Amino acid sequence: MASISSVIFYILIFLSVYVQVFFFVTFLENRKKIVIRNGKIKLAKYPAVTIVVSCWNEEKTVYKTVRSLLNLNYPKNKLKIFLIDDGSTDNTWNILRKFEKYPNIKVFHKENGGKYTALNLGLENMKSDFFGGLDADSFADPESLIRIMSFFEKDPSIMAVAPSVTINDSKNIVQRAQKAEYHMGIYFRKMLGFLGAINVTPGPLTIFRKKVFDDLGSYRHGHNTEDMEIAYRMQKNSYKIEHCNDAYVYTNTPTTIRKLYKQRLRWIYGFVNNTIDYRSVLFKKKYGNFAFFTLPMGIISVISIPYLFGRMIYSLGDFLYSKITVLNTIGFHFTIKNFNFDTFFINMQSFAFLIVLIYFLIIFSIIFGRKMTEGKWGLSLDVIYFFPIFSIIAPFWFMKAVYNTILSKKPAWR
Amino acid sequence: MIMNNNIDWKKYLIVFLITVSLFLTASYVSNYFSNQKINQLKSIQDKIAIDILSSETQFSLLSELSCKNISDSVFSGELGELGSKLEWSQQNLGATEEVSYLQKYYSLLEIKDYLLAKKISARCGVKSAFILYFYTTAENCSECERQGIVLTTLRDKYPELRVYSFDYSIELSAVKAMLKIYKIKDTELPALVLDDELLTGFHPIDELEKKVQESFKLQETKPEVTPKKILNPQIAP
Repeated sequence: MASISSVIFYILIFLSVYVQVFFFVTFLENRKKIVIRNGKIKLAKYPAVTIVVSCWNEEKTVYKTVRSLLNLNYPKNKLKIFLIDDGSTDNTWNILRKFEKYPNIKVFHKENGGKYTALNLGLENMKSDFFGGLDADSFADPESLIRIMSFFEKDPSIMAVAPSVTINDSKNIVQRAQKAEYHMGIYFRKMLGFLGAINVTPGPLTIFRKKVFDDLGSYRHGHNTEDMEIAYRMQKNSYKIEHCNDAYVYTNTPTTIRKLYKQRLRWIYGFVNNTIDYRSVLFKKKYGNFAFFTLPMGIISVISIPYLFGRMIYSLGDFLYSKITVLNTIGFHFTIKNFNFDTFFINMQSFAFLIVLIYFLIIFSIIFGRKMTEGKWGLSLDVIYFFPIFSIIAPFWFMKAVYNTILSKKPAWR
Repeated sequence: MIMNNNIDWKKYLIVFLITVSLFLTASYVSNYFSNQKINQLKSIQDKIAIDILSSETQFSLLSELSCKNISDSVFSGELGELGSKLEWSQQNLGATEEVSYLQKYYSLLEIKDYLLAKKISARCGVKSAFILYFYTTAENCSECERQGIVLTTLRDKYPELRVYSFDYSIELSAVKAMLKIYKIKDTELPALVLDDELLTGFHPIDELEKKVQESFKLQETKPEVTPKKILNPQIAP
C-alpha cells in the first residue's frame, strides 16, 4: 500500500513541477513582450463601450465603483454605464438612483435572478460594439479601460481582454495573504494569455467584443461562475482572450477566513463543474493549450492539493501519535537532554528538493506578479501570510467543491 | 478572427525533459546525501570499533595493575548516537543492503561492548547496569516501540545504564547465540535481560527503574572485594 501511495505522490510532484516549469519557460520566452505602461496613452479611435455594474446588496461599495467608472480616462460620450439592481434588499437602489442624472448612465431595476441575468439585461440594452462588466465591489483604475481598448485596436482578432485584478485594500492577515495570491494570479493569467489559454474572464472589467455574444449567445448560470463559463465557451470556439497586465482593477476581498472559504468554494466548484460540462474539450488538439495545459493543470490541482494535504495530515497525525505514545508510556518525564542539532537528521529525500523548487517558482511568480502591478521588485511580507493560510485552508474548499459536485450541492454566492 | 491554436509540442517536450532532469538531479543529490550519511555511519562505527579494541587492550594491560586508571573513557559513548542514527536511516533511507550491513556490524559492536563493559564493571566495581533488549521490526510491535521509549528515557536519566538493543530477526549468528542463551522466543517480544533475568512483554518505567537501581546497588557492594583481587596480580586471571 505504502508503495502505491508513494508512486501517486511522486506522479503528483512530477506534474506539479511540470506545471511550474511550463509557466517559467513561458515567462522566459515572452518576458520581453510584457510591457508596463506608465501614464496616459492615446488611441486612434475610441469605440463605444458599455459597462454593466450588476448589484445585489452592494450598498457599501457601489458608490465608489460607479465613481471609478466616471473617472475613467475615456471619452464620456463613448462610455455608457448601466447600473443594474438585481433585486437588492438594502439601500443599493437608492444609491444607484442618485446617478440617474448623468447622461451616460442608465439605471435598471429587476427581480433578483442572479448575476448572469443582470449582465444579460445589459447585453439586451446595449448599442455599442464593446461590452464589459464591473463587479460592484471593485474599482477601475482611471487608465484601465483605455489600456484594455488599445489591445483591441492593435489586434482585431482579440475577442476579450482581461485586466489585472488586484486587491483594493488589505487590512488584515486574511486580505494580505490574498494580496500575494492575487499577485501570483496576475502572473499566471499573463502566462496563460501568452499561451492563448485563459480560462476566466474576471467579472471586474473584462471587456468583450459584442460579436462574442452575438455568435455564442448570452451569459449562462455557469454554476455561479458565469465569468468562467463564458471563457470556456470562447475557448471552445477558439475566440482569443488576452490579458492586459497594466489595466488595474482593485477589488474588495473577503475579510474573514469564512468568507474567503465561501468565495473560493464557489470558484473551485465552478471550475470543477464547468470543466465537467466542457470535458469534450480536454486533450483535443484543436482547442490548443487550453485543452492541453489549462484544464489538465486545474484538474491536477484539484487532485493534488487535497492529496498532498491528506498526506501532510497523516504525517502530522503519525507524529502526534508517537508523541502521545511517549507521554502514555513514561508520563511527563522531563529529563533535560542536550538537544544537539545534528544535520544528519535533515530529510534529504529527493521530493524534499522538488518541493523546495516548486516553492521557489511560486515565490518567483508572486514577486513578478507584484512587479507587474506595483512596479516594485522584491518580496512583500504578504507571502508569509499566504503560505500558511492557503496551505491549511485551500485543501478544504477543494475537497468541499469535489464533495458538493458528487452530491450535486450548489454553493451559495455568499 | 479565429485564434491560432497551434500547440507548441516542442515546448511540451522540452518542459518534460527539464522536469525529468530536475527529478534526476534531485534524486542524484538525494543519493549523494544518503551516501554521505552512510559514510558518516561507517566512520562512527570505525571509531567505536577502535574504541572497543583500545579499551580491550587497555583493560588487558591494566588488569594486571590497577583499576584506578580505568576511567569513564573506556566506555564508548557513541553507541547510543549510532543506534539512533541507524534507526533513522532504516526509516528514511529505506532498508538498503548497506543499512542492514551496518545494522549487523552495530549489533556485533554492541555485544563486544557489552562483554567488555561487564568485565570492567565486575572487576573494578564501576557503577553500571546492563540491559539487553530484544525487539522486532518484522511485524508491527507497538509494545516494542513503547519499551524502546522507556529504555531511552532510563538511559538518559542514568548515564551508567547501558542498553543494548537487538533486532530479533537479524541474520547474525552472534545475536542468534544470545537468543539461545537467554531462551528468547519471537512470541514474547519485547524481551529484556537485566542481571541475567529474562523479562518478557512490556515493562513500565517505574518497574524497570527499580530494577536498574537494584542492579546499581549490586555493583556497589562489589568494589570492596574486587580491588583487592585486582591489586594482586597473581590472583588476577
